[in-house]
Amino acid sequence: MSDTSWPLYEVFVRPRRGLNHVHVGSLHAPDDRKALLAARDLYTRRNEGVSLWVVPSSAITASTPDERDPFFEPSGDKVYRHPTFYDIPEDVPHI
Amino acid sequence: MVPVQTEAPAEAPELAERFEAVVAAEQRIEPRDWMPEAYRATLVRQIAQHAHSEIIGMQPEGNWLTRAPSLRRKAILLAKAQDEAGHGLYLYAAAETLGVDRADLTERLISGRQKYSSIFNYPTLNYADVGVIGWLVDGAAICNQVPLCRCSYGPYARAMVRICKEESFHQRQGYELLMTLMRGTEAQRRMVQDAVDRWWWPSLMMFGPSDGDSPNTARSMAWRIKRHTNDELRQRFVDMTVPQAEHLGVTLPDPELRWNEERGSWDFGEPDWTELQQVIKGNGPCNTQRISVRKAAHENGAWVREAAAEYARKQKEREHDV
Amino acid sequence: MTDDHVYLTLAQGDHEAEARWAYGTGFADPLLGVDTALAPDVDGADLSRYCLMLGDDALVLAQRLIEWCTHAPELEEEVALANLGLDLLGQARMLLTRAGQADGSGRTEDDFAYWRGEHEFHNVRLVEVENGDFAHSIARLLLFATARLALYTEVAERAPDQVLRAVAARGAKELAYHQEYAAGWLLRLGDGTAYSAERMQAGLDAVWPLLDELFTAHEAELRLGLDPAELREPVLTELTALIERATLTVPQLPPLARVGGRAGREGVHTEALGRLLAELQAVAREHPGATW
Repeated sequence: MSDTSWPLYEVFVRPRRGLNHVHVGSLHAPDDRKALLAARDLYTRRNEGVSLWVVPSSAITASTPDERDPFFEPSGDKVYRHPTFYDIPEDVPHI
Repeated sequence: MVPVQTEAPAEAPELAERFEAVVAAEQRIEPRDWMPEAYRATLVRQIAQHAHSEIIGMQPEGNWLTRAPSLRRKAILLAKAQDEAGHGLYLYAAAETLGVDRADLTERLISGRQKYSSIFNYPTLNYADVGVIGWLVDGAAICNQVPLCRCSYGPYARAMVRICKEESFHQRQGYELLMTLMRGTEAQRRMVQDAVDRWWWPSLMMFGPSDGDSPNTARSMAWRIKRHTNDELRQRFVDMTVPQAEHLGVTLPDPELRWNEERGSWDFGEPDWTELQQVIKGNGPCNTQRISVRKAAHENGAWVREAAAEYARKQKEREHDV
Repeated sequence: MTDDHVYLTLAQGDHEAEARWAYGTGFADPLLGVDTALAPDVDGADLSRYCLMLGDDALVLAQRLIEWCTHAPELEEEVALANLGLDLLGQARMLLTRAGQADGSGRTEDDFAYWRGEHEFHNVRLVEVENGDFAHSIARLLLFATARLALYTEVAERAPDQVLRAVAARGAKELAYHQEYAAGWLLRLGDGTAYSAERMQAGLDAVWPLLDELFTAHEAELRLGLDPAELREPVLTELTALIERATLTVPQLPPLARVGGRAGREGVHTEALGRLLAELQAVAREHPGATW
């Protein structure tokens, strides 16, 4: 990760009154306020939603998907595990 | 190639069994589930390339933003370019759930280590190109992408649901622009035919090489990352598009195009795969230009991103001091 | 699939979703149900001129924001800058359309945007100068949005034309966001790194001499009972507070000189506008009489 990249935030939208906020995705922002503005611009471009929450991804504590899963060590209890590098073949023709 | 690793670590064979069972039952794999390394790598590559394509894909149409010939067209095109930035962001977000960082993916794009759709290495040369990109390129993308809404990887599938919905608007605006131009002046009709002549074959090539030359297809299908072969999707696209072209009154530049009663499908000619290989290998009309624009934006923005990060750091420090 | 329902809800939301394929094609129309007849005591020529002044400001600044597309410092900013451009473009279209109604000529938004020469554009020079770097663009946006928000707030209350009042009321909501966006970046660049502070100060210094034109009344607006000079003090106070909070210095620079007493409102521009219009109008002018 370069020095200038911004932290990851998770975005939650209340699609309309009477419904819960629902996780819709994530974005990068330098701070909370910018995250909220960016979430408005990105995830409610077509007026979908009456309320937004943004949460730093690092603040989320998650359960493991399955109690009998002993192999999920690398992720610790964070939802997102980054940066981890995976070898990606570079010579595959992508169309 | 990615080493195929479908076996779980010897200590826990049940992980692989569970993965296979979830995929076979048409359920979704979610970010924290165990998954074979090759599955993860395939998805990272595919989602990242898809995200890069959205972002690079802003450029060919962006070329006409400042010159759009009516304010309504300008607003539509700007909204579309904005959607593409949005799609890129949804997809980068999906890729990040697999443990990669967007900054690294961007680095891979601008250093040429990851690809994007070759279609965007062709130039846009008149305003009808905007319509033809919506109709043919977005149309082909929709054929490719609709099945991905049922992809086995949850975050990717969910991103695709939203993207497909918005893409259908894009395709419609493209077709509507072309209908308007075909009803217009002789010069406007010529623009449309010229654009169709240039974009038809590259659009067919968007579906990838013929099945015989597509080594990853079988595995991706087994993993429910892919639902149909390249040739199936290409045929579907041609069958959808030919009647639309007739309705529009344009000629598709393929002398071999004819209805096959027996198959109930259109027969069509072979794309120029040699040309496509050149474009993929970096020698397309716009490869260098597209990457250099993206690279310049990223590099010229570094001081801005850095300033915002520094401001956030100072703010935190001040909060602590209070 | 049940796990997709959230996205389907968001994407398909309601029956209006079909119309949401571009801004301005499916949203609540701010002019819905607004009477387009001119009030009897309003001079159509003055109203038309005023709509062109505001409409040209919005159009030209939208064109400058559009130039950022694919060049923004981060992808999230691509989306944000496009939103600002779309808002301003929407305002421009309504204002230019109103100009053609008010003067009785029936000219359309496109007649005004594509078929006038640079001397017939009535925007202030602030909106037409080139983008410069991100800080320069932010400085321009800050000045414009702060002043225009104040103006629209007045116009929405006091303009002698209900169409204009409706456009301004809608525009004020948009401009409030534009101002927050610009002020947010002013703060982050001003109080970010030493380098960004330098760039931000340079941006402010570059555009500051163009601010005064926004407060210089044209006779048409005075006859409509609107005097932008009244906004000078409150806008300057607001800008001063924002700039000081960003740990920067309010420029002490005189307004850019006029040319024979004339400036943007009178159709006397900088060299930048001619080039901007050459690009904006090129395709339309290559095909006179064509419909797009």
